[in-house]
Amino acid sequence: MSSPTTSNAVTMTEAALVLADGSVFEGEHIGALPPGGIASGEVVFNTALVGYQEILSDPSYAGQIITFTYPHIGNYGVNATDDESRGTFARGVVVRDLARRPSNWRAEHSLDQYLRRNNLAGIAGLDTRRLTRLLRDTGAMPGAFGPTSGPGAVSADALAAAAAAEPGTDGIDLVAQVTTAEPYTVGDGPRRVVAYDYGIKTTILRHLARFATVEVVPATTPAAEVLAREPDGIFLSNGPGDPEVVGYAVDAVRTLVGEGVPLFGICLGHQILSLAIGATIVKLPFGHHGANHPVRNERTGHVEITSQNHNFAVDASSLGTVAEATHVNLNDGVCEGLAVRGAPAFSVQHHPEAGPGPHDSAYLFQEFQNLMDNHGRTGNQS
Amino acid sequence: MGRRTDIHSILLIGSGPIVIGQACEFDYSGTQACRALREEGYRVILANSNPATIMTDPDFADATYIEPLTCEVLTSIIEAERPDALLPTLGGQTALNLAMELVEAGVLDRYGVELIGADAEAIATAEDRQRFKEAMIEIGLEVPRSGIAHTMDEARAVIAEIGLPAVIRPAYILGGRGTGIAHDTQGFELIAANGLAASPISEILIEESIAGWKEYELEVMRDRADNQVIICSIENVDPMGVHTGDSITVAPIQTLTDVEYQRMRNAAFACLRRVGVETGGSNVQFAVDPSDGRMVVIEMNPRVSRSSALASKATGFPIAKIAAKLAVGYTLDEIPNDITRQTPSAFEPVIDYVVTKIPRWAFEKFPGTSGVLGTSMQSVGEVMAIGRTFAESLQKACRSLEIGQVGLNAGPAEARFVTMSDAELAKAVEVATVDRLFQVAEALRRGMTVEELHERTRIDPWFLDQMLIVVEQRQALEALAADAGSPAAALAALGRAGWRRTKQLGFSDAQVAYLVGCTEADARASRLAAGVQVTFKTVDTCAAEFAADTPYHYSTYEDESEVRPGTKPRVIILGSGPNRIGQGIEFDYCCVHASFALRDAGYETVMVNCNPETVSTDYDTSDRLYFEPITYEDVMNVIEAEQPVGVIVSLGGQTPLKLADVLPPELVLGTAPASIDAAEDRDQWASLCARLEIPQPAGGTAVTVAEAHAVAARIGYPALLRPSYVLGGRAMEIVYDDDDLERAMAALRLDGTLGREGGLSAERPVLVDRFLEGAIEVDVDAVRDVAGETIIGGIMEHVEEAGVHSGDSACVLPPSTLSAETVEVLADYTRRIAEDLSVQGSLNVQYAVQRGQVFVIEANPRASRTVPFVSKATGRPLAKISARVMAGATLAELRTEGLLGPDGDTGLWSVKEAVLPFNRFPDTDALLGPEMRSTGEVMGVDTSPGLAFLKSQVAAGTTLPEVGQGCVFLSLADRDKEAGVEAARVLAGLGFRFVATAGTAVALEAVGVAVERVVERLGGEGPNAIELMTAGEITLVINTPRGRGARADGAYIRTAAAQHGIPLLTTVAAAQAAGLGLSEARNQRLFVRSLQDIHRSAR
Ligand SMILES: Nc1ncnc2c1ncn2[C@@H]1O[C@H](COP(=O)(O)OP(=O)(O)O)[C@@H](O)[C@H]1O
Ligand SMILES: Nc1ncnc2c1ncn2[C@@H]1O[C@H](COP(=O)(O)OP(=O)(O)O)[C@@H](O)[C@H]1O
Ligand SMILES: [Mg+2]
Ligand SMILES: [Mg+2]
Repeated sequence: MSSPTTSNAVTMTEAALVLADGSVFEGEHIGALPPGGIASGEVVFNTALVGYQEILSDPSYAGQIITFTYPHIGNYGVNATDDESRGTFARGVVVRDLARRPSNWRAEHSLDQYLRRNNLAGIAGLDTRRLTRLLRDTGAMPGAFGPTSGPGAVSADALAAAAAAEPGTDGIDLVAQVTTAEPYTVGDGPRRVVAYDYGIKTTILRHLARFATVEVVPATTPAAEVLAREPDGIFLSNGPGDPEVVGYAVDAVRTLVGEGVPLFGICLGHQILSLAIGATIVKLPFGHHGANHPVRNERTGHVEITSQNHNFAVDASSLGTVAEATHVNLNDGVCEGLAVRGAPAFSVQHHPEAGPGPHDSAYLFQEFQNLMDNHGRTGNQS
Repeated sequence: MGRRTDIHSILLIGSGPIVIGQACEFDYSGTQACRALREEGYRVILANSNPATIMTDPDFADATYIEPLTCEVLTSIIEAERPDALLPTLGGQTALNLAMELVEAGVLDRYGVELIGADAEAIATAEDRQRFKEAMIEIGLEVPRSGIAHTMDEARAVIAEIGLPAVIRPAYILGGRGTGIAHDTQGFELIAANGLAASPISEILIEESIAGWKEYELEVMRDRADNQVIICSIENVDPMGVHTGDSITVAPIQTLTDVEYQRMRNAAFACLRRVGVETGGSNVQFAVDPSDGRMVVIEMNPRVSRSSALASKATGFPIAKIAAKLAVGYTLDEIPNDITRQTPSAFEPVIDYVVTKIPRWAFEKFPGTSGVLGTSMQSVGEVMAIGRTFAESLQKACRSLEIGQVGLNAGPAEARFVTMSDAELAKAVEVATVDRLFQVAEALRRGMTVEELHERTRIDPWFLDQMLIVVEQRQALEALAADAGSPAAALAALGRAGWRRTKQLGFSDAQVAYLVGCTEADARASRLAAGVQVTFKTVDTCAAEFAADTPYHYSTYEDESEVRPGTKPRVIILGSGPNRIGQGIEFDYCCVHASFALRDAGYETVMVNCNPETVSTDYDTSDRLYFEPITYEDVMNVIEAEQPVGVIVSLGGQTPLKLADVLPPELVLGTAPASIDAAEDRDQWASLCARLEIPQPAGGTAVTVAEAHAVAARIGYPALLRPSYVLGGRAMEIVYDDDDLERAMAALRLDGTLGREGGLSAERPVLVDRFLEGAIEVDVDAVRDVAGETIIGGIMEHVEEAGVHSGDSACVLPPSTLSAETVEVLADYTRRIAEDLSVQGSLNVQYAVQRGQVFVIEANPRASRTVPFVSKATGRPLAKISARVMAGATLAELRTEGLLGPDGDTGLWSVKEAVLPFNRFPDTDALLGPEMRSTGEVMGVDTSPGLAFLKSQVAAGTTLPEVGQGCVFLSLADRDKEAGVEAARVLAGLGFRFVATAGTAVALEAVGVAVERVVERLGGEGPNAIELMTAGEITLVINTPRGRGARADGAYIRTAAAQHGIPLLTTVAAAQAAGLGLSEARNQRLFVRSLQDIHRSAR
């Protein structure tokens, strides 16, 4: 019988997703076969209606299983230019319905092909809304999925065990798994920006490269090495997981802020900057994972619709006099941005580069540029 | 920023009568706006000529004016009310255009009224297509190449530049009236000429045709702080070239990458900024070249639109309500999202389901029309369906349409397509028509590839592949049935997995039954036995990211259902489905009122409907909303989920009434299904009338031509033929002889042109009645309670004679020419019928009064089309009353409660006039007959029948000539001559000149009315009426039908009158009313009075 999710039902293999709390979701296997037949990780959801390719290739999802709340995923296929990094770092993907016949003039492959090529396993055909409601109430939860029929089938018990054993993302250095091994350079803009790669997205590099030569360095690069490159500005990228565990990054940033070099951080970079200036981090009940979060710029009062993907956040009350909270999430009041007092350093929790998502906050890159031109050692040039 | 405190009263303009391109979506938006503004403590003044709307209920505004929507009348209203502001963006194109007129006439300045929402500059920039294009180019957006023309010569010059094919579109019109795509020179000449005529400023835009491109719409909201959000993105399944209003559309957009989508989003924001829409909702339309992604802007509507209503229902975001609040100064972040309650409205809704809208057309009522869809909107209604996948929502939408489809084919209705040859089918799918969707499905079934179909239809391959998935499942089921041998075995073999997959693809039990060859009941039983039950999900604007507070549900087949147990006894109200001619907003009005009344009475109300344009499908109209098809299966699912104490089937027109017999009888509230049948069933009805000694036109029923002849021979000609169980006089015909009779019968046979609507069978015989010529038709609305008391809600005397469908004729309340005795007889008959049918709730009876004798035509033990009009005219909320009565309350109780006022006599006269869509179907004979064809209605209230009639004419757009202006063409049937010349005398007294047909001329001269010229009947030599009309010499046509020939003549005359916009009256009554009105209007200016005042005088 043909099915809504695969072209040839003959080869459809049943699969199941089991969460740490024991709840079971039945579906069918898609994408690559996970090693040992089991894919496990922290199960999160994303409510974006479009942009699955960007999301899957965003290193910030390292260690996580991504559930798409929009039922039809894969409709417009995948293409070479929309990847956000050199590969995919997520542990798996959960969809209600995988399109078997993509249609878009930019499409080069189907999403299923993409998953196989990137060795990413997935499960389709399950009640993703039930799953989302569960995660909404309990918070991101460890889980495991795999084929339960056909070759390489695993038992529900094995999945349950794997889910229970899954450590989740707290206290684990996921940055180390995604950062670049060697420094490299992008673009040839007039300014020099050194960008810490905690799991940097390609779209961010594209934005920076418009006005700077971007020297991307590994997450563990000491402050001294960065300063030695005589940057006009320093960029702290997005990245996966718990900021508390990347102490080395926090230390480096503390030094750099002291040096008065213009500094801009996004997402994990924002959290690292906060820790560097003595603020504290809290874990959100179920994080922000979508492209429709309203954020108010406290300076202009203007509302920006933003792309977000974070489970941790800065505790605004801990900013004290050290920094000013510049952006706030209107849904739950979470701090979305700060500006350090007395230093040319600012950061936001959401994703001004979008990719995927609204472009409402792109102006922040301009502000970084202005900041460099006003404080940078090479003065105003452009 | 908060709400503005410098304004206190706001004038809101409604959209007037329901017409094609402007339906009840503007009642929905207007109602939301009224509520929102009063919530904020503003004094709301509402002007709308349409009595069937909910917004015109006295409770929704502080001052409600059911008056003609003209610059003059609105000026009087402004004079009387002195509002601080005018909000023009919630009443469709009508309100927008009127606002512009008021600005240009300097009225707003004179009275210091501020335009809020969108100012004149913004409106002009968006509505004037040329200005709009220039504006878009200025901000770097692409638009189709084009040129403007005001004359045919200019037009020819432009086309020389742009080349064919080209699109021609008039400025300042809605729903694409007068637009079209020209492929050759003749076509161009024709369309351009029509376009110039259609445009109020005789301006057309000639544009490069990009038919076949992908078409998209974005619904945008903007506040005064320039915060902008996209509420909903919509993708058209039918490509560019088919009006969005006539396209199958899907939310959200399915086939754009984030890169492309964000580009479109940025463009939409830039567009609103440039046009200058200060606050509120707007709709921006884009086209995308599927081969390279080139994106162009098509247009923007600086107001809430049909699409915003759809977007609101599709996402749960109340666009109109928020737009109203933004207009008075709030910013998006200051307004809470009342679905989540925890989050603000400054966000972009995300959904975790797919929404499909399919339009509903009425071509069958307009013979001569091609039925081909184009750039001009022709649909009269639409359905929306929600599913977790496109396939599911598409199939649900198909069965919501009530066109005999139980889904995407796989039902008896597919026979018409199955019988087409491959060649026919391949050709057919290339043209967008009502049937294309089903032809595509059939082509897929026969193995035509997605690629080939894409080539032929330009429908995106993704959509075609989704349809193919449905077709493959259908074939899988057929294969299963073949292998299994017996239906029972097939159902067993289907099993849980098979059933689940089938239902997840949106298949109805009826489709499965059709495919495996069992009854729907068997299929349902097997499904439930397999443990596959419906689940209900929630529309929550946030894809479950936050807990939703609002029980707005849709059915699907998943693991988890989200229906919460209720606290109070629940009543389910079944809505009326898609708007169609004969069943429209009036029934939504009744359902909404029932919901309000029962909620007040302590019930929890549950609305089930599938029409996105309506107030009934607003999530806060009822306690719970189920956006579902009105079919047995879907309604039973809701019943099982909600466990109601009762279901109301008699307020939504024929749609829910059809279910009365199949739903659990103990749950059907009000009049018993048996009584409903007794009224519908010919023989039972006849014997009832006999028993009650109520005369009926002689008649009988027939299934064969022979039987029909027999009946005709007995009752004599002219006779009236009609299929049973229809609404709006569908397929009803007056036959004058045996040939006529045979032709009509042939059409009704299964293979006949009307066959698909049921054909003839013992269950569905044709009714043959003696046609009562020259009879006055009367409508009576009544309510009877369980204790046996009956109140007469209203008696309406029709202006047009019996034979013109009640829905198409004007009527006067109270009766203006009927004798007191006749009125008493009418009331008495109505009471007897109510009693005999032991009606509990509404009853509508239609009578024909011929030479003083009262005949009963039909009785409907349900709310009728006239309930809203009667309620507005008398101040008695009939729908609320009958809902309460159905739930068991007695009229006595309602009296003490105060819901039922005294006698409802306002001392004024109310006239309801029908509005017909002939201007949309120029190829159709504009003749009125027993088949209803009006889309909407207006109401005129005044101190005399004449003035009220005059007002209703103005409101309907047929403005009678200025007193004494020009020449009246008069042609009277013999029986009308005596009364007719009297009317003529009055008109002569007003200074009108006359031309007449021979006989009429003699009669006129006999009483000393000078006739300038005697005209030939059509076909005769010498100047005939039509020539004179064409020459512009006639300012008013009075032509009363005289048997068949004159009807034909009248038809041509009427068509000509419609074409040249000359007012035409077909009855002496109308002529007298007009004469009276005009002479009275000479002495006094038409007064305006608010409904609230009028009703006060009834107390
Ligand atoms: N240049 C064009 N080429 C082909 N089709 C067009 C073009 N412009 C508009 N259309 C079609 O005509 C329809 C009506 O045009 P639109 O500008 O939206 O007018 P309206 O005000 O009636 O909505 C559109 O929905 C689209 O399908
Ligand atoms: N016997 C009759 N003589 C004259 N006109 C009739 C007769 N029966 C019906 N009609 C006309 O046909 C119209 C439609 O008939 P009706 O039974 O009311 O159909 P519907 O159920 O669609 O309202 C009526 O409004 C009336 O004008
Ligand atoms: Mg349009
Ligand atoms: Mg338009």
